[in-house]
Amino acid sequence: MKNILQREIPETLEGIGEIEPFQGAFTKLRKGWMEEETVPPPNKAKMPHSSKMCSNLKEAVIRTNPRNGMTVSFHHHLRGGDSILVETIKILAELGIKDITLASSSLTSAHEPILPYLKNGTITQIYSSGIRGEIGEAVAKGVMPKPFVIHSHGGRVRSVHTGKIKIDLTVIAASAADIEGNSTGAHGPSAFGSMGYAVIDARYARQVVVVTDNIVDYPCVPQAVTQNFVDYVVKVDSIGDPSKIAGGTTRITKAPMDLQIARLAAQVIEHSGELKEGFSFQVGAGGASLAVAKYIRKIMKQKVIKGSFILGGVTSYGVDMLNEGLFKSIFDVQSFDAAVSTSLMTNPYHIEITAGLYANPFNCGCMTNKLDIVVLGALEIDTDFNVNVITGSEGYVRGASGGHSDTASGANLTVVVCPSFRGRIPIVKEKVHTIVTPGESIDVLVTERGICVNPNRPELKENLIKGGIAVKEIKDLAAEVEKITGVAKPIQNEERIVGIVEYRDGTVIDVIRQVK
Amino acid sequence: MLYIPGNNPAMLQQGSVYGADGVLLDLEDAVALNQKDAARILVSHMLQYVSYEGCEVTVRVNHIDTPFGEEDLKQIVPLQPDAIRLPKVETIDEISRIIQLVEDIENAHELPHDKMKIHVMIETALGVQNVYDIANYSSRIDAISIGGQDLAADMQLVKTNDGIGIDYARKQIVMAAKACKIDVFDTVYVDVENEEGLREEAEYIKKLGFTGKAIINPRQIEIVNEVFTPTEKEIRKAAKIVKAFERNKKEGIGVFAVDGKMVDAPVVQRALRVLEMADIDVADI
Repeated sequence: MKNILQREIPETLEGIGEIEPFQGAFTKLRKGWMEEETVPPPNKAKMPHSSKMCSNLKEAVIRTNPRNGMTVSFHHHLRGGDSILVETIKILAELGIKDITLASSSLTSAHEPILPYLKNGTITQIYSSGIRGEIGEAVAKGVMPKPFVIHSHGGRVRSVHTGKIKIDLTVIAASAADIEGNSTGAHGPSAFGSMGYAVIDARYARQVVVVTDNIVDYPCVPQAVTQNFVDYVVKVDSIGDPSKIAGGTTRITKAPMDLQIARLAAQVIEHSGELKEGFSFQVGAGGASLAVAKYIRKIMKQKVIKGSFILGGVTSYGVDMLNEGLFKSIFDVQSFDAAVSTSLMTNPYHIEITAGLYANPFNCGCMTNKLDIVVLGALEIDTDFNVNVITGSEGYVRGASGGHSDTASGANLTVVVCPSFRGRIPIVKEKVHTIVTPGESIDVLVTERGICVNPNRPELKENLIKGGIAVKEIKDLAAEVEKITGVAKPIQNEERIVGIVEYRDGTVIDVIRQVK
Repeated sequence: MLYIPGNNPAMLQQGSVYGADGVLLDLEDAVALNQKDAARILVSHMLQYVSYEGCEVTVRVNHIDTPFGEEDLKQIVPLQPDAIRLPKVETIDEISRIIQLVEDIENAHELPHDKMKIHVMIETALGVQNVYDIANYSSRIDAISIGGQDLAADMQLVKTNDGIGIDYARKQIVMAAKACKIDVFDTVYVDVENEEGLREEAEYIKKLGFTGKAIINPRQIEIVNEVFTPTEKEIRKAAKIVKAFERNKKEGIGVFAVDGKMVDAPVVQRALRVLEMADIDVADI
């Protein structure tokens, strides 16, 4: 069958079950209540004054009674420095556990050592918002027997609530925890900031293990994960590479092309009609996307505009804007750099939120619904404004859905920033290889060679033209790019589906086929 | 005007997207000796196939007395970029020789002599001494510029950020350009990381009378454009002056006051220049 975006989707898929095709960004949500029920979180009991402490991670894992076919979850708040995911998988493999479903909120380059376990039947399926590097290449080549599932951050929470992801064991790395498992990422030698993704897993997993390199006196303050959800606590020497977990601040790019695109995007935002007193704002941490904040900051100061809140993945640049009084508050589901931790600890207007409050579509309103302006990147964008942020030019998985479709659907103004081509590869093209975010959620595309407004936003186009901004038809831009780069050969795929891309509401927006 | 090394395809391809008024495709100092042929071939192709829409395209060739200069002209002149930039010009004799060669090449290709402009770079003490005669030599010369690094080397001094050593040369070159009524461009600012330093220098050379400034990194464009673009306040004031001038002209009044300050012909001329730089048509105000 075909979904509404004309992508060929099977009705059922082995390892997934029945598939519901994508019907439009709000078709499922519009009626206000969902057919899918929330699965109950497990009931557990602990005797007073019994100890949750385990002498090492292996002991903790053994005490959770691991079994074949289990689902193990992790968070990716430690970014590229995490060692806990890999250590846990190694322990499970040593114990002879097979057929594991790995549900990590995302996978980074730090997780590449799990590659052999994808090939030997230890891990047979992955649920994640992002897969990159060698793992992305391997899964696209079809090394796992079951299809992987790419979800958004909000979609992951929905999957956990509805039992699509049934977590048997979650292992939560924390930079500070007490002996009962109250834990945080906001302080300690390996401080990494918000633990917004982990909180959901802690509430729904059958077994919860907190791992920290820093046991603090009871009770740990503040608490992202609280003791009533935690089964076991482990003190380890290290939760990963501190230089990658707690290292530095995110700097604005110096790449001229990213800066030029960001400058144009800021002009678009300035004249869009959305940059007004009390606006809310989210930008990604990547090159051009974060650089937009630099120019917006300048415009806000010039025009004396004060925003309401910054949402999302938060960088120290956002913290600077809060401290300057340009925004009233930050709601932080994930901190992109360690400098954010201090602000999270000390500033009452910098608030840690769960992924559910951030972006879950199946509740009474997540915060992405309150966004005025979001700036997002793209690996590819097509002439219907559909965006690919997951597969690269060779068809391998090398990106992350993250909060892309969540924020794009919620924001009043969704700006996509990307170069019109990279190297010889066109980015703006007739058809993207994989759709992650539907074009209906994208309002404007900003590239170095032209700005294109979605035809469903004529008033935005008018505002930009009034502001003296040259606007192009996206088809003309794609043709211009094609003239420079030529037409790329289509990616050679097998028929076999190796992965699916879920839209945030659980419908399937696209599939990923095995790369030849 | 953005310098782009002539042997860097990625930079050449993207040259026009950063908002510079002009791009300068360089065959001279930005290109290593063993890359000269490659750069010449690449720039020739780029001129034919890449669109630099909205940007004036200038090619800087090697000096005529180097082993590359003549061949550069032979390859580039037939492609007629908007302008060709000649480095290290010192005497009238030299400029006359080069223009003769350019026009011989144009004749051989049945090309006109009035399409492609010539920019002259003054980069030596001798050049500075002869600058007016050089700039005045031909009507094809529509801009001169100062090459600060080479000039400092020729003067045997270390170029400092405050530019004191080349200050006399800057003023001399500006004066020659103004006397010939042609554009005059300042030298590059090499400390790419120092945005404030660039801004200060751009403000200074604007006050001296330079028309613009050469830049070596796209990140410098915004700052130089900000300095050289009239502010809203300046534009409003200029519009007010021009309007008052038009009104008074009808009544035969040549000198009048705007906001308590005397306005006469030179003030009106400056106001018209501000509006021109802001791309505002006098008829529209």
